[in-house]
Amino acid sequence: MKLFLLLWMSLIIILSIGLPMVPRPEFWYQFPIIPGLEDKARIMFFHVPTAWISAIAFLTSMWFGIRYLRKKDLNDDVKSSTAAALGLLFCILATVTGAIWAKFSWGTYWNWDPRQTSIFVLLLIYGAYFSLRSAIEVEEKRATLSAVYSVLAAVTMPFFLFIMPRIMAGLHPGSADDSNLGPVVSSGGMNITMRVVLYGSLVGFLVLYYWMWKLQVRTVALDSQRQP
Amino acid sequence: MADNSPGFATIARSAMSVFRKDWHSELRTRYAISALLMFVVTTISIIAFALGGESAPVDVLSGMLWVVIFFAAMSGLARTFVTEEERGTAMTLQLLAEPSAVLFGKLLFNLVLIVGVNTLTVALYTFFLDGFIVRSSGVFVVTILLGSIGLAAASTIIAAIIAKANTKGTLYPVLSFPILLPLLLTCINATRLATEGAFFSEASGEFQFLVSYIVVVVTASWLFFEYIWKD
Repeated sequence: MKLFLLLWMSLIIILSIGLPMVPRPEFWYQFPIIPGLEDKARIMFFHVPTAWISAIAFLTSMWFGIRYLRKKDLNDDVKSSTAAALGLLFCILATVTGAIWAKFSWGTYWNWDPRQTSIFVLLLIYGAYFSLRSAIEVEEKRATLSAVYSVLAAVTMPFFLFIMPRIMAGLHPGSADDSNLGPVVSSGGMNITMRVVLYGSLVGFLVLYYWMWKLQVRTVALDSQRQP
Repeated sequence: MADNSPGFATIARSAMSVFRKDWHSELRTRYAISALLMFVVTTISIIAFALGGESAPVDVLSGMLWVVIFFAAMSGLARTFVTEEERGTAMTLQLLAEPSAVLFGKLLFNLVLIVGVNTLTVALYTFFLDGFIVRSSGVFVVTILLGSIGLAAASTIIAAIIAKANTKGTLYPVLSFPILLPLLLTCINATRLATEGAFFSEASGEFQFLVSYIVVVVTASWLFFEYIWKD
């Protein structure tokens, strides 16, 4: 699987950076030029997947947290905290790529656009989750309390991640100022080649996330001499 | 198979007992209440001094009100669970009462506490800071009420979580802030609308959100409290 992942991600990187951008795409391998962004739009292939993965990782963490509460199997807690750690990593990546994109698209790194605020809140939630974990020494108690906290955060998070950025006025695509839900989600918003490369990138990042998660879970299990 | 789980009436009675216990215990020493009231007075005085006689725009003052309310809640609402752990009575309470009863009793206590504190906060705030003029008092009263209920709901479950952790004090605002942020943003917005003299119908979106927030948080607290509470 590692080799496949390497080849896939290399292909995505080459395609996203290498495919030419022309004003009027005639062939399948050409991207359209987006006025105002031109070549810099290529950051989209990395920014959007990392943002989606950070949300997916959060939900995964919650899922395994609930499984721990039901079965009290500490392996589920390892899976939950590993997912949260990876989610934090991808969240930082999404925030940074977003800030870079904001700089050349809106002129400033940060302006409290609702979508930027929501990714910041996600960072805060991850930070709080790990502060909580570090404050408890007993393993079972730590697992229980962080599972409950991740559920609590998960029920209040959809407001920030899905609702608020779409109903409030803002600069990010898909806000109330935009005419549609944003080029990625609504149909006919994006050239087919770009769409294919974007979805390919998303798949690549998903596999990367899954691989890193599996690796870390196995490492921790072996470290503590538990059955993986 | 016989259903051993207690009915609604038993839980309600139990919760009221827990509430009364906390209430009497608090009235006996009055530590929390006096500390909270002094906290509110101090914070509002600091804001008044920091503004230095200038008047800030009313939008800013609407936001600042909720800053004061949030930190007052962070000061006072964890006590109900933390004192159980500190005094060593948590185990006894576990044996004597159903988890739901403990949760709702302490939720009620925190609710009464925060409504009282918020009333004082609003009164002092309006008195000390001249720029803060509320034009539609109906909207404002409902905002404060719904906001207090939501604040109490979220703060109680987080207090239950941190009571079992080691560094209780500093962890409480860290954990509470992301959970409370949707509530705070909505309340600040609704307060701003109240200062602009908006009608009830204009603020109804905010109120709908506050009600659903309360329902969601109370339900999630109730479903998961048992895992936190039982050792």
